[in-house]
Amino acid sequence: MCRVTELQQAVLAKNDRSADDLRARLTARGTSVVNLLSSPGSGKTALLEAELKLACERGVPVAALTADLATENDATRLARSGAPVKQVLTDGLCHLEADMLEGHLDGWLPDPTRLLFVENVGNLVCPASYDLGEMLRVALASVTEGEDKPLKYPSAFGLAHLVVVTKADLAEAVEFDGETFLANVRQVNPGVEVVFTSARRGQGVGEILDRALAAHEAGGPAHHPVMATAPQTHGHHHGSPHVHAHSH
Amino acid sequence: MHEMSIALAVVGQVESAAQAARRSDDAAPTARSVTLRVGELAGVVPESLRFCFELACADTLLVGAELRCETVPGRARCTPCDAGWATGLPPDLTCPRCGGGASELTAGRELEIAEVRWAEPARVPTPEED
Repeated sequence: MCRVTELQQAVLAKNDRSADDLRARLTARGTSVVNLLSSPGSGKTALLEAELKLACERGVPVAALTADLATENDATRLARSGAPVKQVLTDGLCHLEADMLEGHLDGWLPDPTRLLFVENVGNLVCPASYDLGEMLRVALASVTEGEDKPLKYPSAFGLAHLVVVTKADLAEAVEFDGETFLANVRQVNPGVEVVFTSARRGQGVGEILDRALAAHEAGGPAHHPVMATAPQTHGHHHGSPHVHAHSH
Repeated sequence: MHEMSIALAVVGQVESAAQAARRSDDAAPTARSVTLRVGELAGVVPESLRFCFELACADTLLVGAELRCETVPGRARCTPCDAGWATGLPPDLTCPRCGGGASELTAGRELEIAEVRWAEPARVPTPEED
């Protein structure tokens, strides 16, 4: 005899619940989170600095939290925008989780903050699995990373509400094929909007801010990724795990 | 490498289930094996997860437990065409009939504990029997 428990439990259920709670609490205080995902070196700090500066000029209350394995360099750069910025060091962890984010916001998040930008750890694999309670998830890729990035990291691009191409000023130099990139994005995330930006030239600065404000006003993103429609668990909800005995 | 975080979450959930599955006088049962359903598009590497799981089981009721991973293939649907297809990896979420985007992903993002098999616990004396 061997006892078996059919659990049918989603492994990330705890994070998903924390994320839903955090989203509800932040929405109640008028704050929407924008979760930014990209590889290291994709230029998301430079673009975010420009977006924050623009938001400050327009009088939109924004704040940013930047996560890295080590160093406070990104916070120093982002703070030049004039927006409140907090650096989070993950001590080697490759991603943020909803509970961790909530802990970092406690006692820091300025009031009022309409948009809180979270610059996730530079990594396109792990952060994709963790909902941080965001209103808008943005996946970024620079032209120097090649056209097939969305196919190599389908979860990061497939679950995004907005895809941003950075360093567009270098497209010609690295022979970046924008049409192929767009086709690859559409393959994993049909219907998602893709915007081209260059923080250096000021191209497309404000696109993320505008989409984030629209999602904030609407109470949700305009785009619903197909990948996000997937059921997370097969099992119907049991009141308690089903235990039974098998003979072997 | 978020597989360690996932392995720790699995161990935590199985330990809670062990407490729930214990019979009145018995010690909580120890796990013999844990079966996970892992979607092809869940972004988890089973080999890496197995390695982390072994480490995460140390000093718990799961020590020595085997991790079994069942892969769930990705499948998408186009509602207007009433078409369903295997997405493959990287996934193709374009409808093979109309060329439009899929309406939904019906499988492939699972990351769930399907079942736990327990070793029968040795009956431990209750404090009154000491």
